[in-house]
Amino acid sequence: MQADTLSTTFAALADPTRRALLARLALGETSVKELAKPFDMSLPAISKHLKVLEKAGLIARGRKAQWRPCRIEAQPLAEANEWLERYRQFWEERFQRLDAVLEEMKAEQGHSMKHRGEEWKKREP
Amino acid sequence: MEKAGALKVVASGEREIMMTREFDAPREMVFDALTRPELIMRWLGPRDWPLVSCEVGLRVGGEYRFVARGPNGEEMGWGGVYREIVQPERIVTTEVFDDVWYAGEALVTAELTERGGRTTLVTTILYESREARDSVLKSPMESGVAEGYERLDELLASARSG
Repeated sequence: MQADTLSTTFAALADPTRRALLARLALGETSVKELAKPFDMSLPAISKHLKVLEKAGLIARGRKAQWRPCRIEAQPLAEANEWLERYRQFWEERFQRLDAVLEEMKAEQGHSMKHRGEEWKKREP
Repeated sequence: MEKAGALKVVASGEREIMMTREFDAPREMVFDALTRPELIMRWLGPRDWPLVSCEVGLRVGGEYRFVARGPNGEEMGWGGVYREIVQPERIVTTEVFDDVWYAGEALVTAELTERGGRTTLVTTILYESREARDSVLKSPMESGVAEGYERLDELLASARSG
């Protein structure tokens, strides 16, 4: 079950329009008409996107006949973020060790160049 | 000195994980650290899982193989084939783990760009399916393998006492 949630969440987030819609909803509940305003897209097209978000459990839509307000649902997003953050930390730990290796390499390079410089100085008449 | 840029990770599209990280070093140096066995061994192993073996055949069609050893002596191996090598800007390899962690094979692309002596590394990992990608995100190697062995320990303990 959890695997499906994560896949559907990422699929829903894979579209820039849907991400923009979510960003707007994070600011507060609103109607489909209001949501559609900033987009150069038809209402049905926007509705289609909202359906994908709703199916992924990322938004919830009210049931009032004329005005169906949309609001963001935090849980699936939080889950997806949690997994990404764990993965990020896993790799960040290794990259920090790579930082240290690179510092050692630079120090060695500096040392050998200094050494070479001293060698040259010795050769000057 | 300014700290190197922190790691960014995104789940890109259906099958990819994309990592972006800056390093305070020139490209050639970062490329070396990614491809020379004696350097790789010093940083690539997961925490508590140092690399005990590192073989690199750095040519197109060449193979690489890494083995990491965990705190209880257990080993984890993985490797693949070099598909593209453009020093110092691009490395493309396949990746498969000995103990299947995700379905199929992954394609790992590392791209290095440099500006003002600092290198940005963009690593894109392309999995064969959305499920494979998501299974990787859900169980990072470390905890995945550790949990596997914990479960085995429990099983063995119950078998002994049963």
